[in-house]
Amino acid sequence: MQRRQTLTAMTGALALLGSAATAQTEIQFWHALGGALGEKVDEIAGDFNEMQDDYTVVPTYKGTYTENMTAAIAAFRAGEQPHVVQVFEVGTATMMAAEGAIRRVQGVMEQADIDWNNDAYLPAVKSYYTTTDGDMLSLPFNSSTPVLWYNRDLLNDAGVEDVPETWDEMFAAADALQANGHDCAFSFGWQSWVMIENYLAWHDQPIGTQQNGFAGLDTEFMFDQSEDLSNLLQRIADSQADGTFQYGGRRGDSLPLFTNGECAMWMNSSAYYAGISEQADFEFGQAMLPLNTDGAEAPQNSIIGGATLWVLEGHDEGDYDGVAAFFNYLSSPEVQADWHQSTGYVPITTAAYELSQEQGFYEENPGTDTAIKQLSLNEPTENSRGLRFGNFVQIRDIINQELEDLWAGNQSAETALDAAAARGNALLRDFEAANN
Amino acid sequence: MRTKTVTFRHNWLPYALIAPQIVITLIFFIWPASQALYQSVLREDAFGLKTEFIGMANFARLFADSDYINSFITTISFSAMVAGFSMGIALVMAIMADRVIRRAMLYRTLLIWPYAVAPAVAGVLWWFLFNPTIGIVAYALDALGYDWNHYVDGGDAMTLIVVASVWRQVSYNFLFFLAGLQAIPRSLTEAAAIDGAGPFKRFVTIQLPLLSPTVFFLIVVNVVYSFFETFGVVHATTSGGPGQATNILVYKVWRDAFEGLNLGASAAQSVILMVLVIALTAIQFRYIERKVEY
Repeated sequence: MQRRQTLTAMTGALALLGSAATAQTEIQFWHALGGALGEKVDEIAGDFNEMQDDYTVVPTYKGTYTENMTAAIAAFRAGEQPHVVQVFEVGTATMMAAEGAIRRVQGVMEQADIDWNNDAYLPAVKSYYTTTDGDMLSLPFNSSTPVLWYNRDLLNDAGVEDVPETWDEMFAAADALQANGHDCAFSFGWQSWVMIENYLAWHDQPIGTQQNGFAGLDTEFMFDQSEDLSNLLQRIADSQADGTFQYGGRRGDSLPLFTNGECAMWMNSSAYYAGISEQADFEFGQAMLPLNTDGAEAPQNSIIGGATLWVLEGHDEGDYDGVAAFFNYLSSPEVQADWHQSTGYVPITTAAYELSQEQGFYEENPGTDTAIKQLSLNEPTENSRGLRFGNFVQIRDIINQELEDLWAGNQSAETALDAAAARGNALLRDFEAANN
Repeated sequence: MRTKTVTFRHNWLPYALIAPQIVITLIFFIWPASQALYQSVLREDAFGLKTEFIGMANFARLFADSDYINSFITTISFSAMVAGFSMGIALVMAIMADRVIRRAMLYRTLLIWPYAVAPAVAGVLWWFLFNPTIGIVAYALDALGYDWNHYVDGGDAMTLIVVASVWRQVSYNFLFFLAGLQAIPRSLTEAAAIDGAGPFKRFVTIQLPLLSPTVFFLIVVNVVYSFFETFGVVHATTSGGPGQATNILVYKVWRDAFEGLNLGASAAQSVILMVLVIALTAIQFRYIERKVEY
């Protein structure tokens, strides 16, 4: 409670500061990209501001994705919301349910008479953020997807020439590594995203009913029904006995396991490219996620993570023309290609991808197109276009908890998935009740 | 018990004197607390666009939720460990510091230092020391044959947050114990020494009974500390995991509200916590302060 009041006061103060600075129309833009990424955002906004005289985009770093979203919502409740807020993919259901608080990007662009074509976006990106009738809700900005990072040196030492493409090959590589005296073959981070959400999309299996929640709030989880997923997770948990798999914590906490050379392979976001290049003193590369041949014959496509930009209601109509102009600039191939090449995020428009190809970026940096190849491997199906579940931030926590109890050997994979689905369903019902 | 009566010449003066305190209490306690009470009977979407009165449903759901009950049990065992260890260690240190004559000031100052460290910073310090991959303590434990991994092992994670919380709280307890010990007249212990009582006997029969007001006071303070102020430690180290091994109540309140945006459920939890603190404070005032002689 107290914290919310403080937030409100702070946002109020910020709005005052902003309006005093200049007579141009200000576009407040709250984001969650710190460090080098934040500087890049400032640079993009700065270029836009110099390019024209009508609007000034003011980017503000508000902390983590969760903190940024909470801050924007608290600000909205206090009537001090920014024009644009960056929200991560699992917040999508919460945002889109808030009709009256958000304005569809499609509408913003149309109102400003800007030529706007959804098809310019990569199918896997577009499908995640459009309604079932094809309206784009928010502007894709930074998207990534999980890939398999590998330590070339360790694999070479163990005589593993080809990077594993299936889970059987993963375990075979583990045997080879162990024969060579190296214990840990693989680890992963963001386990709900990588090992459940993406696993199921990759194998073209549903995560939940109602097209993974796209078609209605009365969705229920189905990830507990995939036998091949449950068997694989059990196999991974059991493989801790000889050290094949090592659990290294939530989110990206397990990164040091890979960069220290403790684990030879690591499954996590392609956007770790910058971090790994900086920290790893071995030859590394990225490859597509392994396939479980018990689950599918060929991979479908992976789904994205990352964030999009949402437009909030409650400002002067004229301001939204500024938002549209900024969004138009952001989506241009030059800006997108530059953003992709400097951050490791996926180029989200086909034009930006083609421009990067023309510029020879992928020849100079082999493997950097793994993510985009994975995302566009096939036309997304109902199972692989993404997911839209309410309260999903909390549900991911539940999945974390249940999987951790699996890694600790307190329960079987089947029990873990059943429990996670049951607890998750309760939160889905909550969300349904609160938004009907 | 003595009662002191002070008479003011003007009727308004006492009210004016307590007014600032009342205003602060109203703004920083009564207002947010009443907001929490109000929110706890509502179901609301994150943006506050749709609000529905649901009575006690939030509370009913909490007590039917085995996770919440688990979190309660975790919190109770956590605070018992924090209060027990931090008071035990502080008492031993205070007894030793009480005997030291040379450089007493130096020892005391050094022992008080950790209290100045914010809980989150303390948490991060210990997290680095115990990090299974890069931590020096984990490395040492590994050399001793113990495979430390607080990412997987709930016991390890609990140990980590207990150590981090105790380390900081020992300083505070130490200060009070030392002051309490020094308030005991020397003549009593000296007389006992002349009668032939050893240091241990003197402690058990003379110092400890005379220290009991301090002990009771510290129990309440330490329980409140481990219930609430340890949020920073948990947030910076384990995030409540692995599983739900370190998901203490105050952390769950924060996470449900500020990560889950589930305000009703979170408000209901904070109301329960509020009742707990009020109960603890009442116990302290009614029973302990009256029964124990200062």
